[in-house]
Amino acid sequence: MREREDEWTGLMLRAISGDGAAYHRLLKAVTPVLRAAARRGLARAGQPVDQSEDIVQDILLAVHLKRHTWDPEAPFAPWLFAIARNKLIDSLRRRGRRVFVNIEDFADTIPSEPAAEIAPASEVAAQLQSLPARQREVLQSIAVDSASIKDTAAKFAMSEGAVRVALHRGLAKLTAKLREQ
Amino acid sequence: METDRLIRTLAADNAYRARPVGFVLALALLAAAPFSVAMFFAELGIRPDAMTAMRNPFFDLKFLVTLALAISAMAVSLHLSRPEASAYGWAWLLLIPAGLLVAGLVSELMIPQQLPVMTRLIGSNSRICMTAVPLMSLPLLAAALIGLRHGAPSRPALTGAVAGLLSAGLAATLYASHCTDDSPVFVATWYTIATALVTAIGALVGSRVLRF
Repeated sequence: MREREDEWTGLMLRAISGDGAAYHRLLKAVTPVLRAAARRGLARAGQPVDQSEDIVQDILLAVHLKRHTWDPEAPFAPWLFAIARNKLIDSLRRRGRRVFVNIEDFADTIPSEPAAEIAPASEVAAQLQSLPARQREVLQSIAVDSASIKDTAAKFAMSEGAVRVALHRGLAKLTAKLREQ
Repeated sequence: METDRLIRTLAADNAYRARPVGFVLALALLAAAPFSVAMFFAELGIRPDAMTAMRNPFFDLKFLVTLALAISAMAVSLHLSRPEASAYGWAWLLLIPAGLLVAGLVSELMIPQQLPVMTRLIGSNSRICMTAVPLMSLPLLAAALIGLRHGAPSRPALTGAVAGLLSAGLAATLYASHCTDDSPVFVATWYTIATALVTAIGALVGSRVLRF
């Protein structure tokens, strides 16, 4: 566990110094842990555990948009679990239950949940449709069509900088809409 | 959308760098300050005898207390803007303005006074103090909340309350240069009531707008 968390901190340090591949690996590595904690939270609230994927995506978006609040001198895991705990409580409340989530839920997670039992997430895809056209097109190009920023820029005759701006604004707007819903 | 696709999209946005919360908070406060200062000069203004008043240590103490409150509340609010922050990790900083005020009260007790304590307590400006400090702190409170929204506070109401202390401290600093009541008894009563009001507003609004 300790080793795993040190690895996360290392990946995050590389990510914020500009290493996109390290960031990708980090998000991939934390997702099963977040998923297991979300399932546990849903189970405790008496809700169907197969709804965990929307919560996982909610947490990932918050991690991404609030990562400037992480202190590079501090370990990454406590920060991640604090963000995750917040979003989990929020999601469960939105689903109509008041529940309490222990920070330990994240700490002693065994990330080995069978993937077959998980319903596909629907909230992000639904909110994507309500974004302004340009942001939606850019997000879809990168997320759904797996295009790079460069290819997306060529496809829409935009500069790469404009694609980056549309991408970030789109993600921020998507998160705001998820929070309001 | 599949989570793998979302992760790839987030990784594509890795180059984006957000400003630190402290920077955004400072910028928001600087943008709001002219509104509070304009309110101050339009309605109140600096007291005419300010130059002589500066020789009165109790006049100077007012600024020490209010500035200490604003600065310590700023530090505490920045601490609370991090999601994993402990609730009371930096809260002892807020004891500094409280300690200064208590020191003022004690020293006033030891010095013989011309006016009875009730006269000093009631003063001549208590009603203005109670309305001017909260009103002048509103633009600053809005700015502090906007700045802190850039963070990720796990305790939105508490963080909002500290934003209230911060803005009340700044507004009270302005007000202190107008008010002719310098007695620590007056400050401890009316400034504290005005600050408590702003703190309550901050907690109430913060619990809604500071959730991330």
